[in-house]
Amino acid sequence: MSGRRLTHDLFFYLGMLLIFLPFMGGKVAYLPVVFAAVWGLGRFVRFAGENRGIVRFREGVVTAVAERQRLAIALILAVAVGLPFVSSNYLIEVLTSALLYAILASALNITVGLTGVLVLGFIGFYAVGAYTTGILTAKFALCNFWVALPLSGLAAMLCGILLGIPALRLKGDYLAVVTLGFGEIVRIFLTNLDRLTGGPNGILGIKRPSLGPFTIDQPREFYWFALAVLALVVLAVARLVNSRYGRAWIAIRENEMAAAALGIDVFRKHLLSFSLSAFFAGIAGSLFAVKQGFISPDSFTFYESVLVLCMVVLGGIGNVTGAVTGAFLLIVLPEFLREFAMYRMLVFGAVMVAFMVFRPHGLLGSRLIAREAVDREDAGAA
Amino acid sequence: MSDILTTDNISVAFGGVSALSGVSVEVREGEILSIIGPNGAGKTTFFNAVTGTFPPSAGRVFLEGKEITGKKPHEVARLGLARSFQNLKPFAEMTLLENVLIGRESHAVTGMLATLLRTRAFAADEERQQQKARELLAFVGLERRQESLARNLTYGERKMLEIARALALEPRVLLLDEPVAGMNPTETGFVMELVRKIRTQGITVVMIEHDMRMVMGISDRIYVLDHGELIASGLPHEVRANHRVIEAYLGGGKHAPTH
Repeated sequence: MSGRRLTHDLFFYLGMLLIFLPFMGGKVAYLPVVFAAVWGLGRFVRFAGENRGIVRFREGVVTAVAERQRLAIALILAVAVGLPFVSSNYLIEVLTSALLYAILASALNITVGLTGVLVLGFIGFYAVGAYTTGILTAKFALCNFWVALPLSGLAAMLCGILLGIPALRLKGDYLAVVTLGFGEIVRIFLTNLDRLTGGPNGILGIKRPSLGPFTIDQPREFYWFALAVLALVVLAVARLVNSRYGRAWIAIRENEMAAAALGIDVFRKHLLSFSLSAFFAGIAGSLFAVKQGFISPDSFTFYESVLVLCMVVLGGIGNVTGAVTGAFLLIVLPEFLREFAMYRMLVFGAVMVAFMVFRPHGLLGSRLIAREAVDREDAGAA
Repeated sequence: MSDILTTDNISVAFGGVSALSGVSVEVREGEILSIIGPNGAGKTTFFNAVTGTFPPSAGRVFLEGKEITGKKPHEVARLGLARSFQNLKPFAEMTLLENVLIGRESHAVTGMLATLLRTRAFAADEERQQQKARELLAFVGLERRQESLARNLTYGERKMLEIARALALEPRVLLLDEPVAGMNPTETGFVMELVRKIRTQGITVVMIEHDMRMVMGISDRIYVLDHGELIASGLPHEVRANHRVIEAYLGGGKHAPTH
């Protein structure tokens, strides 16, 4: 017990040091201050974890929010819709990109979070979506955006099915490696299929979508458009989670053998979650293409895949709102750390380590926390 | 009475090691059948072979006259053969109600579009399945805990949950792998009563069990496995007196198996 606590502490202090180091700006004199701050934080975290009052308060807040879900969602949506009125164009751009990543994270959450399948090359589906839109609307100008949007999703979904049929017969790490390969293959194809994709130069001049006389042109308008799509995606995922589909996915994640023994076709459910993930990623990719107006293979590197995965893990595996929260944290926060650009990845890594150690269920393990509270009261009453 | 589940000389070998050799069993409709035998006799392997978890390397399996040899576990389950596990496998991060609802999956009818649009048919189906799941939880005595997470259950409660989950399939035959292992006499009595009630609902029960009070108390017939082979079968008092069974359990002693 004490040994475990010691490693816990070591991890914590090491992680915190890594986070604080960049802020010292090379001044060794600050070191004692940093140590003191880290020590204090450690004490506080332990105190908060053990103090019944604080634990109860946290559970109370989470339960209260969970009970007033509609109100909470309405408030968040209101803030999200109103945000562009008080933001600079630059901030709106950042937020829009966060919205796109939130769609991606919500999509990835279906496979990684709900079904428990680790996908490492997820950005490949995003790329397929983006290029489908780019090729259809700009390169060959075959149709307008509104036709290309669903087609992008379907193209990514098709890739998902074609990859999934052989790959989903594998388990765990092996499957992760196959998907990693898929992401790289897509990127290399895009770089080399010059005629179709423009090679390393990418595709230029993708127009912003228009709806009759209106063009979604202003950053603010595009932000709202992306927000609407995100809302739809989150709604769809949430409804799937609270249905027999979501239950079956989670059951497979929890125990594949038991799920099969209860009549669940594990392979088909895997394939369904995989292709749905790919579909939503393709939709996000299509939005990305029209947002940027220009796409090239450089936007779809392995780093992006890892970033999206971090969002899912940070927000809480299998948590619908968590994936969105994770996306916003990982896109918006680094913007405030611009001066420490060099250290960003270091901080990322440290934060991820700290999360895995202290909150393996992510930032918002709301469902679990609320249930725990219910169970304890049950036990108390019995 | 007709046979509902039969195996014809099934064998299972793991890389040259024979775990089950030429076992033929006939399960009659509506009976409670026990399979006993020392540890490592191949009892769980038999369940795995019948349900398709590890398909048999030879022999055939029939359910209600139809051959199910080599079918996938989920197909076997949907055909009406449900099982519980010896090493409990609850869906830990799901509530009890959700656990049982997984067993209802094969009876759910709503498609993806209805689910996304939350149609009236979806709501009706969901309500019907939840109603059934709640009934089953009440049947095994867990209705008060239906909103708890499965991981917060006690050992005995988990066993009950496994039974409720398997019953949710509305099976024709229920295979129970050591349903009372590790339970106290009161709990064992409850499970015995439960198994009898399951039988009165027209479900045939096949169980692996070590607890002789339970086996002798409720079994209509008993099969005895040892070293992967069937060494005896018959009514409880016949099996109790069979010298090969006594030998298998006690290595040639003169006492009947008591535990």
